[in-house]
Amino acid sequence: MVGDLMNAGPSASFRRLFDEVGPVDAVGIEERVAKYTTRSIKKSAKLWGLRMAVTMVDLTTLEGKDTPGKVASLCQKAVHPSDDSTVPPVAAVCVYPSMVRHARRALGPGAKVRIASVATAFPSGQTALMTRLAEVRAAVADGADEIDMVINRGAFLAGEFARVQDEIAAVLAACGPATLKVILEVSELETYDKIRAASFLAMGVLRPGDFIKTSTGKTTLNATLGNNQVMLEAIRDFYLDTGMAIAMKPAGGIRSAKQALQFLIAVKETLGDAWLNNKRYRFGASSLLNDLLRQIEKERTGAYQAPYYFSEAAESY
Amino acid sequence: MASLKTISKLSARRQGRPAPELIFGDLWTYDPAPETADPKLKARYELFINGRFTAPKSGRYFNSINPANERKLAEIAVAGPADVEAAYRAAQKAFDTTWGKMPGAERAKYLFRIARLLQDRAREFAVAETMDGGKPIKESRDFDVPMAAAHFFYHAGWADKLDYVAPGRRIAPLGVVGQVIPWNFPLLMCAWKLAPALAMGNCVVLKPAETTSITALKLAEIIQDADLPPGVVNIVTGAGETGAAVMGHPIPAKVAFTGSTEVGKIIMRSLAGTDKKMTMELGGKAANIIFDDAPLDQAVEGIINGIFFNQGHVCCAGSRLLVHEPVADRVIAKLKQRMKVLRVGDPLDKNTDIGAINSKEQLARITALVKSGVKEGAGLFQPACTLPAKGWYFPPTIFTGVSMSHRIAREEIFGPVLSILTFRTPEEAVEKANNTAYGLSAGVWTDKGSRILKMSTELKAGVVWANTYNKFDPTSPFGGYKESGFGREGGRQGLLDYCRLL
Repeated sequence: MVGDLMNAGPSASFRRLFDEVGPVDAVGIEERVAKYTTRSIKKSAKLWGLRMAVTMVDLTTLEGKDTPGKVASLCQKAVHPSDDSTVPPVAAVCVYPSMVRHARRALGPGAKVRIASVATAFPSGQTALMTRLAEVRAAVADGADEIDMVINRGAFLAGEFARVQDEIAAVLAACGPATLKVILEVSELETYDKIRAASFLAMGVLRPGDFIKTSTGKTTLNATLGNNQVMLEAIRDFYLDTGMAIAMKPAGGIRSAKQALQFLIAVKETLGDAWLNNKRYRFGASSLLNDLLRQIEKERTGAYQAPYYFSEAAESY
Repeated sequence: MASLKTISKLSARRQGRPAPELIFGDLWTYDPAPETADPKLKARYELFINGRFTAPKSGRYFNSINPANERKLAEIAVAGPADVEAAYRAAQKAFDTTWGKMPGAERAKYLFRIARLLQDRAREFAVAETMDGGKPIKESRDFDVPMAAAHFFYHAGWADKLDYVAPGRRIAPLGVVGQVIPWNFPLLMCAWKLAPALAMGNCVVLKPAETTSITALKLAEIIQDADLPPGVVNIVTGAGETGAAVMGHPIPAKVAFTGSTEVGKIIMRSLAGTDKKMTMELGGKAANIIFDDAPLDQAVEGIINGIFFNQGHVCCAGSRLLVHEPVADRVIAKLKQRMKVLRVGDPLDKNTDIGAINSKEQLARITALVKSGVKEGAGLFQPACTLPAKGWYFPPTIFTGVSMSHRIAREEIFGPVLSILTFRTPEEAVEKANNTAYGLSAGVWTDKGSRILKMSTELKAGVVWANTYNKFDPTSPFGGYKESGFGREGGRQGLLDYCRLL
């Protein structure tokens, strides 16, 4: 009888998952990340960090009004971010599935800049699994190198963890060779405990080199140093236990170069050197890129350029 | 649910393969980021008596050394018995003629003024504090100086509300008080001692520690600028002899001491039989207790903060880690990982986490105790780090496999050295935590609220932190049990130690 109770229903799985991954103290994690913001990154260290951040950008446009033309100019910007030829290209462009073929046409086959697409009824994920899988297959067929999926938050919050994990596994199978990024949508999970648990749930079925990702960018609160830290620590614990290196992508809300450097400091001091590259860490961002370029130019010339040199609006790529 | 894939199932596949490791190398190194504000040091500091900087009657001076590079910072006057006498006479006169008679609301204005002037000169004071004591600039900038100002602000707020300190009783100031403070938080300890004494209407003779006199004397400049009546605060500098003269003088109605238990006992013996009031804030050997249900990464952060904050020169440092056996290996592994990214070096660099050891003597004491730990068979771990060639430094150190009979588990090391013990039950944790002559502070880490409450009533420590460590606030009383001393500083309770109940 006791055994039945222990094994019965969503509450048992809930308890087991949370017992295994352990709790997170919100006050403590926020104190830890506050220390990253007091690090002072100067001169060559700053320039290295800025350039690294450029190579980690998933340059994103996710709007109802996206057109093939907009996507083409985004691809141009991704390959050639600035008239300073020493600035490297970004990691990827990130577009809706209907735009993948336009991005592929703009970038050409086998391009260095990868194409990521937010499939699985992004951002809510509230369609039938079959529909979501079909969307993934279509995006990969159109030329997507990477798929950014959303987890089923409804199922997660209802305690149906196996369903959440099974759906991730199904999407992974649909991806074929494409890299998978699993969006937890942290602001809907709300607590750090749940973000940690959801990270492990996803990592449990991912391949090395697949990503976990904070947010869609479509809710009020997106990537913060706090939830980034919780996920980095989950990746670290998972790596040390299993030897499988999962990659990380904070997305949404990282607009300034200063913020990006703080996120990189978190990576350096939590996961170490092996994660300081765009195979293991990405920024999902649009307006961040121009601020990185502005700061690189400032380091090069010693002076800030007039604001109209680097537009703040991602619209103008 | 049987299909849920979690770590335990995946890690079982790894059996027999080499353990994965993280690389904390030099792929991205931080460039030096020195704080460059001018500390505005004088070549020579005189005594501060009766509102003026006065040459010592002793005629003697000693050198104040920067522990980060062993260079001389300034000359500091040695106060002899005649100088201490002059300081006490000035304090008595100030109490009788100005400060003791002044309405609280007026005294508050002076205290607010000191607090604001300190804020105005915060960067200058932070740099001076770091150069004089060796602590990292990020700590003096983000903790010592703002917290010192906060103590003056808080007590300024009390000065006109003293009728509410002891409800139903009338109160009066004690008169003149003598205070001796340690070298670990030179400016902050000045504020802890001066602010409540002044708010209550007392006048003060204060002696800073020999190795860290400069910020106290810079605070004297602020006291001058704030136009405090002459003699209300007097600062006399020097070593142990000066301290003995300050503590043993007949004028003070009370003496307050923060420092080692050893010296505290000497003072208590010498004052036995007198009618002087005393408060003592002495040593500690705090237990930081980690239960198996604790948020482990945050607990590791708390352990780091508990023992490596201010190079472990903290009387309430969490120097004994008591960790629940089921999680001991994981906690120690995480701790070692975390220690690899601690940055030891130039205290003035904004990225330095652990600065210089305050003095050569203290470095020798830490080194000797660490040797005893190795000799008694405890397991030593220090992360690879390059220490500067000049100056007094000690790498962050932990000892595993420590038992209650080891010297490193019993004696206060006052350095960046952690002793790790394990326990099986909450009762054993309490027993081990309380099995010490000290009782200043303790930490409890658990996700279970009821356990926090139970532990905090059973631990014999003046402060018990729950799921955090080394948190201070002017509103919160701080002080010890047993041989960690008596009396409280901060809050309403701290004020009660500076008044008479009528």
